Amino acid sequence: MTAYILQRLIQSVLVLLAVSIVVFLAVYGIGDPIELLVPPQVSAAERAAMIRRLGLDLPVWQQYLSFLGNALKGDLGRSFVHGVPAAGLILARLPATFELVLLAMSGAALIGVPLGLLAGLNPESRPSRAIMAGTILGFSLPSFWKGMMLVLLFSVALGWLPTAGRGETVSLFGIQTSLLTLDGIRHLILPALNLAIPNMALMVRLVAAGTTEAMTQDYVKYARAKGVRRKRIVGRHVLRNILIPVVTVAGMEFGSLVAFSTITETVFAWPGMGKLLIDSIYHLDRPVVVAYVMLATLLFVAVNFLVDVLYAALDPRVKLTGEMA
Amino acid sequence: MSLSKSVAPVVAANADTPLRTKVLRRIRSRPTTRGAVILLGVFVLLAVLAPLIAPQNPHDLASLSVMDNRLEPGSRGMTGITYWLGTDAQGRDMLSAILYGLRTSLLVGLLSSAGALAIGIAAGLFAAQFGGAVDAAIMRVVDFMLGFPSILIALVLLASIGRGVDKVIIAIILVQWAQYARLMRAAALVERRKEYIEAAVNFGLPTPHIMLAHLLPNSVGSVLVVTTINIAGAITLEATLSFLGVGVPVTQPSLGLLIANGFEFLLSGEYWIAAFPGIALVLLIMSLNLVGDRLRRSFNVRT
Amino acid sequence: MRNRIMFAFVAGTCLLSAPAWAQSLRIALSSEPTAIDPHYHDLTPNNALATHIFDSLTRQDEKQAVLPSLATSWENDGKNRWTFKLRQGVTFSNGKPFTAEDVVFSFCRTLKNETAIAGSFADITGNFTAVETPDSHTVVITTQAPDPLLPNFLSSIAILSASILPHDKLTFDVAKNCGVTGTWPVVGDFNDGKLAIGTGPYKFKSYTKGTSIELERNEKYWGPAEPWASVSFVPVPNAGPRLAGLLAGDYDVIENPAARDVARIKDDKRFGYVITPSTRVIYFQLDVDREPSPFVKADNGKNPLKDPRVRKAMSLAIDRDAIVKRIMDGAAEPAYQFLPTGMFGALSNPPKLDFNPAEAKKLLTEAGYPNGFQVTLSSTNDRYINDSQITQAVAQYLTQVGIRADVDAMARAIYFPRRSKKEFSVAIGGWGSTSGEASSFLKQWAATPDEAKTIGGSNYGGYANPEFDKLIRTAITTLDDAKRSELLQQAGVKVLEGGAFIPLHFESTVWAYKSNLTYLGRADQFTMAMQVKPAK
Repeated sequence: MTAYILQRLIQSVLVLLAVSIVVFLAVYGIGDPIELLVPPQVSAAERAAMIRRLGLDLPVWQQYLSFLGNALKGDLGRSFVHGVPAAGLILARLPATFELVLLAMSGAALIGVPLGLLAGLNPESRPSRAIMAGTILGFSLPSFWKGMMLVLLFSVALGWLPTAGRGETVSLFGIQTSLLTLDGIRHLILPALNLAIPNMALMVRLVAAGTTEAMTQDYVKYARAKGVRRKRIVGRHVLRNILIPVVTVAGMEFGSLVAFSTITETVFAWPGMGKLLIDSIYHLDRPVVVAYVMLATLLFVAVNFLVDVLYAALDPRVKLTGEMA
Repeated sequence: MSLSKSVAPVVAANADTPLRTKVLRRIRSRPTTRGAVILLGVFVLLAVLAPLIAPQNPHDLASLSVMDNRLEPGSRGMTGITYWLGTDAQGRDMLSAILYGLRTSLLVGLLSSAGALAIGIAAGLFAAQFGGAVDAAIMRVVDFMLGFPSILIALVLLASIGRGVDKVIIAIILVQWAQYARLMRAAALVERRKEYIEAAVNFGLPTPHIMLAHLLPNSVGSVLVVTTINIAGAITLEATLSFLGVGVPVTQPSLGLLIANGFEFLLSGEYWIAAFPGIALVLLIMSLNLVGDRLRRSFNVRT
Repeated sequence: MRNRIMFAFVAGTCLLSAPAWAQSLRIALSSEPTAIDPHYHDLTPNNALATHIFDSLTRQDEKQAVLPSLATSWENDGKNRWTFKLRQGVTFSNGKPFTAEDVVFSFCRTLKNETAIAGSFADITGNFTAVETPDSHTVVITTQAPDPLLPNFLSSIAILSASILPHDKLTFDVAKNCGVTGTWPVVGDFNDGKLAIGTGPYKFKSYTKGTSIELERNEKYWGPAEPWASVSFVPVPNAGPRLAGLLAGDYDVIENPAARDVARIKDDKRFGYVITPSTRVIYFQLDVDREPSPFVKADNGKNPLKDPRVRKAMSLAIDRDAIVKRIMDGAAEPAYQFLPTGMFGALSNPPKLDFNPAEAKKLLTEAGYPNGFQVTLSSTNDRYINDSQITQAVAQYLTQVGIRADVDAMARAIYFPRRSKKEFSVAIGGWGSTSGEASSFLKQWAATPDEAKTIGGSNYGGYANPEFDKLIRTAITTLDDAKRSELLQQAGVKVLEGGAFIPLHFESTVWAYKSNLTYLGRADQFTMAMQVKPAK
């Protein structure tokens, strides 16, 4: 087990290293950030001074090594555009994204799990089939189109909810949150709904599939034969058994939403991390993009690692060896 | 009642019926699925025949006139042509643009899924067969790809090799192969532990033979059935990239790009520019997903 | 005394509780300032924000005419010495009086600004050889070469309070740190507001990146008091949601709603709007010098863009009125030169650039291209208003006279680096004149490159005309306004005749607001709370 964890750790570090190199080169390959930052009328001397200050005059491998050296000391560099540390810039956006994803995922679970149970218990009934067809629709709507339609319906046509932006925030333990003000929550609803719909569909499908399968298992059959009430079977046995995969998937989705809710944040002008990523890419703000993707990869690697270890702990059939069977 | 019926597909899928019959039976069994298959067929037909049936060639700038732009559905243009679904900001006939856009979207979806499938299957197969360092290396690359923002891939490709439908296809392949690889590896690992493979190994059959003749055909099914859904995913991804301004060329709009262009006109009341391609896109993706879902459930594969 | 304070307090709370809505202003911006530090980056949103908190020695009015601000008057000795008389009785928002020391301090800061983006104000102050302060309210600036535009440029340099740093006697001696004993602040130090101390009509209150910038009225302001007790700027980058936010009542004023959406509020009594022509000209720059050019293909293998007749034909093929009407929805003016008529150095009556496809075809035949040629128009898709739509429309027009035009529209992140490497043949461009003078475009885009004089830096098409070069070089050092204007007009005519640039239109800026307000639009595209007044 320890050997396995060590091995995975080394592999993860290698992945991080590879990600940093590829992203570094990728942004380098798109274009020269100086062309976007410095207006063309600036004198050659001033431009050269700026290039030197940002270290862009060095060969790319030297730039990368100095980045790596600083990163090991915990310094991911300064944003070209904002002039402040990249990590701080990203982390300052974390609360906004986090509360959005939190609301979206809990909403998805609160609605998705009961619907999934309903559909899974009577898979051939009319409502169940409607629910399952609905999940297909939920998967099929492209995020940007759905977001705009939500705005058109709830903000423009009905005038119930604000169109974009974060609204009023209050400070809680030094972190800005909009979950505690009415205005903030009103601003949260539409983007959270936009994120929640496909996840709701995912939850319904997971729970429905799990329930249908569980109902055919021997333990359920025995319980039924013993005359245990249906409610109790579902509540005590079925639900408990299907929750493990649901929680796992929800956890992984949570991670990927925190890292890449880019489209929703763009459509709703939500000042979160995804919006920052896309703005930074468009401005060739390399320190921010590199720091961002590295942090995101760290998140994924950690989540995958935890999932594998958890599975091993929960399911004795999974062996954790170097071969990862 | 519900119980017996829900078990049925599992049993049926494992029985010795020929694959084709099984699939056809599954599809015929549900009206929604049947409808989706018919719709999908119509879409493919329209896409193939687009140059023959479209009133205008929307890719040819000479046949467009900006003076005819943003006309309502049913308007008559200066050249006498009737725009049944209206025109966009460049004076493109929306009907023609949608037919051609369908073609682009489907082409991108099919080719990129085929490419991703090929790479993903190969990678997954190798990972499962050789295990150890090979497996670890491939799977870490998969981790890497799944954490990589697709817009960055698209932008880098645009900047380095220029724009074009083919470049978008490459970008989508780079994004999607990892999902297939992960799936293929899981399926092949299960298969590899079965007795007949062990027997083949003990019998001394060459590894390439085992991989191609036994492992591949017996584990590829679960990957193939999700292909339909991934085609839908590829089309959505293309639409999203076009929405972000890093997709197909502006002069050859896909459905996604048509919608993206139309967004600017939603508030000013020119709904048809985004609405009609939007409906076409959602129907296309829905029908792909419905068929794909049916296939997947028929074979009881979970992703 | 105590009673009066009590009274003020009570009155204040009443104001807050009852008609507070009338006193606070919410403005939605299309692009967010990148910093609070006014010396960080010379960008329109940053500069517009700075005018609220900080004053400069001069200011530009809505038509970019230069007016007194912290300096009440100035004079020039006919060469390179300028004397500015400063306004008396001005105090900073922290109560410190404004003197010539603050001016020296601020000029020094632009040169000792470690984190600034190159070209942000240091290019102005870097030309100063001396800044003297004969008394506490006089500043004498000596520049390296005569600079007729110094008062224009000084309008962009925000004056900070010298009290934010410990210092000895302040002198304009950059090598000796100007007498400052503390550490010069960097951009991040301004974001919490402690250093954002100015003399402007508003005070900094808070800044949450991506969410909002909050200001409150500066009660110590030297000018007439502003009607708004508090102002918040909210970034809403997408035009649709921005307008929808106005319609829903979230914002009082929005900048840059899409022109086509203005129709939605035109007949709505609850809203008003203003369309103001800006100095930003949109044009195509042609590769007129190289052989071959990367994105042109002609049967004879040559670069047809080198032929002035071909260039003329391309201009004649384009229907500018149609583009303004059909693509820009009227929020633009057709451009027949590079700066709108009425601005300094612009032609008062430029010849109209006609739409004449027949003539264009004739010219192409004359030039030896009866069957046209192939060309790719390169364009941004996220920089100028409707940029990729404009390019596609131009491609349509060119195709109609036989020039088979293709469009390559790309994100600015790809476009600008490629353009500066001269990778394009026909490239879209946009240029707003910060000084409000014709020299700005001409010296930057059309002049033969000369690094020492920092001219011609954007001449990617290789346009070269010795006569024009002579005119523009003389013009930019001529202090006499009448003579300079005449020289700039002559230079402008030369560039128009050359045809290496095809001007299309001047962008107009749109602001929309609630009908209980008025907004005075500005040619420099600044969105400012000072432009908003309650409607009578």
